[in-house]
Amino acid sequence: MAKPKVAFYWCASCGGCEESIIDLAENILKVIEAVEFVIFPVAMDFKMKDVEALHDREIAVSFINGGIRTEEQEHMAKLLRKKSGIVVAYGACAHLGGTPGLANFFNRDMIFDYVYRKAPSVENPHNITPKPRTAVKQGDLTLPKFYDTVFTLDQVIDVDYYLPGCAPPPDLIMKAIEAILSGNLPPKGSVLAPDKSLCHTCKRKPTKPEKAIIKEIRRVHEVLLDPDRCFLDQGIICMGPATRDGCGERCINANMPCRGCFGSTSRVEDQGAKFLSALASVIDANDENEIRKITASIVDPAGVFYFYSLPASMLRRRRNIANE
Amino acid sequence: MCTGRIDPQFVLKAFEKGADGVLILGCHPGDCHYREGNYNALRRFHLLKKMLDQFGIEDGRFRLDWVSASEAEKFVGVINDMVKKVKALGPLKPAPPLPLSKKKGRGDIQAEAHG
Repeated sequence: MAKPKVAFYWCASCGGCEESIIDLAENILKVIEAVEFVIFPVAMDFKMKDVEALHDREIAVSFINGGIRTEEQEHMAKLLRKKSGIVVAYGACAHLGGTPGLANFFNRDMIFDYVYRKAPSVENPHNITPKPRTAVKQGDLTLPKFYDTVFTLDQVIDVDYYLPGCAPPPDLIMKAIEAILSGNLPPKGSVLAPDKSLCHTCKRKPTKPEKAIIKEIRRVHEVLLDPDRCFLDQGIICMGPATRDGCGERCINANMPCRGCFGSTSRVEDQGAKFLSALASVIDANDENEIRKITASIVDPAGVFYFYSLPASMLRRRRNIANE
Repeated sequence: MCTGRIDPQFVLKAFEKGADGVLILGCHPGDCHYREGNYNALRRFHLLKKMLDQFGIEDGRFRLDWVSASEAEKFVGVINDMVKKVKALGPLKPAPPLPLSKKKGRGDIQAEAHG
């Protein structure tokens, strides 16, 4: 029997999702034995034309990581959708936009201006920035168009399942692969992880504050962190209350607070807003000036509350600047 | 609805759906039927206001004020002032349209999946 065909593709991402496949350790042999890869840019030399040559839905499953911020990424996502039976949004960036999605606080011109002109390490005397088309004497050179806005994968194509995390942990990856190979799949649209908040399984839960106790918000480099006490109880922002469980608490176990890479549970639409609400309810102040002072100690609320989920948020991007 | 019940998601939803301004009016501090609802609202308001500024939603578009049921004059004053400020700011720029035309938010899909 022919092995099921699998695609593993990257868009606006860092390569960490590719690393997560390596993290499967010896299980990777089981995967390779069971499937045939048709495109896997980090590891194998297949081209777009190889995918184009396949019949529609010939690929059993495409795992696509990264958000969508260029014309080429949009094209590849749509091509893989057409050629695949199942599409899995793999990792936080495909699922929610991820950290590259924080670019939605800017637009293309602002990003290019910094990256190609103002960054301290850049020398660009001819003021060259990427253009979709550049005429040279040998002909026209083209680059994919760079969008003002980063999109989640499901804002661009229909997505069947979501594998959350930055990057997804090995146990959830193997569970997902086994479910797909055996055909034992949950309802379409499911996030392939538990549907409870991180606090639910966190070993620090007994010290989680139940009433207003925070007088000051502090940052991780400003305090010696108690490895057993709830971060919120120490005045440290931890996204646990608004984040889905299932990561194995890798950050918490390394004595770092949760940054929310698994997104919210199914009952929450906007992770950042939900966390804001949770945080405001443990701030111990009723006086307006004191509230202002505590609020001022949170340097970058939007950047922290939407660390991984800005493109998936209700507002999606900064509004008072040009965007196409 | 008690201002303490106002989830920040309600405010974002209003802006997402095209509102150019959101005005929350509640009972005065000390007058809360549930003792602390409006203090909760006050804490959320200041944090949300700071966050909305990062989304480019200007100062005049989001306001919390205290108006009791007997303060008709104050009510009129606050509404007129809010309307004036939002008119001066003009319409809020929408986020760009989504490439996938049949918009299916994550929330919708999950709501379906979990019935």
